[in-house]
Amino acid sequence: MTGPPLIEVEDLRIDLDAGSRRVAAVEGVSFRIERGETFGLVGESGCGKSITALALIGLLRHPLSVAAGAIRFEGREIQRLAAAEQRDLRGNRIAMIFQEPMTALNPVSPVGRQIAEMFVLHKGKSWREANQLAVEALASVRVPAPERRAKDYPHQLSGGMRQRVMIAIALACGPDLLIADEPTTALDVTVQAEIVELMRNLCAERGTAILMISHDLGLVANVCRRVAVMYAGRIVEVRGSDEIFRACAHPYTQGLVDSLPRLGTRAALGRTRLREIAGVVPAIADFPSGCRFNPRCAQATEICRTTAPETAWLGGGGLVRCHHHA
Amino acid sequence: MLSFLIRRILQTVPIVLAVVLVIFVLFSVVPGSIASTADDGRGPTDPQVVERMKKQLGLDDPVYIRFGKYIASLAQGDFGTSFRTREPVATMIAKRTWPTLQLIFAAIVFAIAIGVPLGFFAALRPGSIVDTVSMVIAVSGLSIAKFWLGLLLMYVFALKLGWMPSFGYGDGGLKYLILPAATLGVSPMALLARTTRAAVLEIMTADFVRTARSKGMSETKVVQWHVMRNALVLILTTIGLQFGALMGQAVVVEKLFSWPGIGSLLVDSVLQRDIPAVQGSILVVVLFFLAINTLIDVLYGVIDPRIRYT
Amino acid sequence: MKLGTSLIIGAVLFALAIIVGVLAPWLAHTDPVMDANLMNAEEPPSWIWWFGTDAQGRDIYSRVVYGARISLTVGIVSQLVNSIIGVTLGLSAGYFGGWWDDVVNGLTNLMLAIPSLIFALAIMAVLGPGLTSLLIALGLTNWSFTCRIARASTLSLKSQGYVQAARVLGYGDLRIMITQLLPNMLGPIIVIGTLGMGSAVLAEASLSFLGLGIRPPFPSWGSMLSEARDQITTAPWLSIFPGLAIFLTVLGLNLLGDGLRDILDPQSRSRRI
Repeated sequence: MTGPPLIEVEDLRIDLDAGSRRVAAVEGVSFRIERGETFGLVGESGCGKSITALALIGLLRHPLSVAAGAIRFEGREIQRLAAAEQRDLRGNRIAMIFQEPMTALNPVSPVGRQIAEMFVLHKGKSWREANQLAVEALASVRVPAPERRAKDYPHQLSGGMRQRVMIAIALACGPDLLIADEPTTALDVTVQAEIVELMRNLCAERGTAILMISHDLGLVANVCRRVAVMYAGRIVEVRGSDEIFRACAHPYTQGLVDSLPRLGTRAALGRTRLREIAGVVPAIADFPSGCRFNPRCAQATEICRTTAPETAWLGGGGLVRCHHHA
Repeated sequence: MLSFLIRRILQTVPIVLAVVLVIFVLFSVVPGSIASTADDGRGPTDPQVVERMKKQLGLDDPVYIRFGKYIASLAQGDFGTSFRTREPVATMIAKRTWPTLQLIFAAIVFAIAIGVPLGFFAALRPGSIVDTVSMVIAVSGLSIAKFWLGLLLMYVFALKLGWMPSFGYGDGGLKYLILPAATLGVSPMALLARTTRAAVLEIMTADFVRTARSKGMSETKVVQWHVMRNALVLILTTIGLQFGALMGQAVVVEKLFSWPGIGSLLVDSVLQRDIPAVQGSILVVVLFFLAINTLIDVLYGVIDPRIRYT
Repeated sequence: MKLGTSLIIGAVLFALAIIVGVLAPWLAHTDPVMDANLMNAEEPPSWIWWFGTDAQGRDIYSRVVYGARISLTVGIVSQLVNSIIGVTLGLSAGYFGGWWDDVVNGLTNLMLAIPSLIFALAIMAVLGPGLTSLLIALGLTNWSFTCRIARASTLSLKSQGYVQAARVLGYGDLRIMITQLLPNMLGPIIVIGTLGMGSAVLAEASLSFLGLGIRPPFPSWGSMLSEARDQITTAPWLSIFPGLAIFLTVLGLNLLGDGLRDILDPQSRSRRI
């Protein structure tokens, strides 16, 4: 591979300022995404995946802040850029879709205008031209009657339509990276598949890389080529999504895999219950010492409780952090 | 839209009737009032005069007939005749409507022009010096007695500096309006500063503001394009809620500055027990208040597309 | 402002006003009404006459100190009456619903349609000036907001488990209202009450200023200002001290109300209005 990767995160640490003390909400997170690649970040809620995404696009606000490590976009360190340069990347080169399309759109502004803003901000268009481009953008995300819809307000659209509008906003300026934070969680199951398809196809056509964030391992493995599993602020495993169901290395990943319903299991094993991972993700201030998964892990031994496991590299760019991985 | 307006106006009819009833009961049924007070109040009233007055005013009729007559005459725009000047009350009120409207409008403009920016700047830098100073100004503005503030302004700007006339309506020029309007505008200004601050602080945490930032917008544009219009809804609510208090305070301010509005008419009429003029002024104030609230309901729909006229 | 700052400043100012009012006979230098002496007329503030004297030679300091009694009596008593009316109507309307709820709603709308100071003024016009009239006029005209809050809280509390449980246990309506509902809405009611006391003090001053409240020579801050108005050029101190007293008292109540809201009604902390 020539040149730097599209985005490279190195040893990222994000602190939560809890008044009297600072605690690390995310720590030692490293990954890279190549141009046009699809990369997933999976974990239960509270594991730090969303704030990692917000750090990438520079939207962490007090009490959260990047405390250490580097985020490089095309080799340039984002943290060191001037505010105006950061804004120029945001939306234009790195775009983001949020979970809840109702609240993520301004309720008192027509959706067409909210798309048009992108062209005014980054492409120097007049409002007239921008509005025209916004209608085209709506058409490209398969919104029927885009001229009419452009004048609608968010509350007049269905959830799926709103998320299409969000995709149109995100892809308006042809970004190099699309961060999708739980893009379908708030939608009906039937609409979810449509939206995921749309997002994947549009990005593939335009060569846009995707960083997809979800608690749903099945969904992420379906969209992304590689998957990183996060637990309690750390990445515990990175694997190609084709391998993850067959041969995952971390007990937490195994837990996630086992909790997914799979076609054919009933025929093979008879009626079984889906397994769940016992316990809950600890709060940021109460992360256990050693391997953070140890209180919930069936295989935990003494060393798991005292020492954090080192990163072990696997073939094909995968990695795992577990004492029990041989 | 039109049907909404008509329905909205129809909704106020029972309230207006209730207000008329209250005013009527207060001043007409309470024993010993009208006839004995129609007199100038000095010395014992001649019983014959009282009898004559009672007949003249129809006070011998049963209460419900009197109320019916009162409503009927009001419906024809007849507010009765002033005991004091023998002028029709409607004419007296009509003459004084414009100065009152001028004063209230100027006070609201003053309040918006200062209160809204004050609240905005406070909210954009919460906890800063600007924020603290704005909020100290706001709570002080709410706590100060308007007539005292007016007296101080009068003392400084009219009597010491001589920049403005100390009282009166003069030729109706702007320089006569400034001091009373500023005095009256201080409470709504303070309240607007607080509401605007609270509204902006709340909106700044909304998801769509995060979206706007993710688009690469500067904070200034985020505020201009996405925060302002949302804050406007809350600001409008405050103005609507403030109108009642504003009209109450207008009475005091008008009296202090000898402003020839409905408020000073009301006070003078009360002091001289000119009952028809008191009833008429109160009724007009209430009608005006209801009209403003209807107007604000209409404006909501213009600003906030989620509100439909149904 | 930092959390707690306004509470402390407000509580101190309010406590000060109460202490001054209670201890007025000991703090005052002269009798506020009787000790007129034309020899001392219109003295500016000095070591002898702290706040100066008025046209009749009465000590302004003593009159301001006694004025605290009237202002605070009117503020506290009239707001108490308002709170009791508001809570009684709102609680019963929310609890019983039906036609009674409609009646209370209509009454509240009526009260909201008439600006409260103007309503009070009309009542004063009928009753005539004086302390009792003031207490009635201000006590009857400012309960609509309390009533709305009480009604809304009742409606939301009514469906909650412990209220349902109390009903299943056979508690009477009155007992449920007083022991189960009332304590849970007290926070916002106290906040509104504190702020309402501030407005009542201002309203008393306004009405007295207009000559409809406390009449001279009795020392109400509003009536003192009413007398002082004509002498603003020759004796500005007559206006400054009573006005300052009103300002500090009402400021204290407003700050106290804000501070209490932060403690008693934490949801509204972000949108302090």
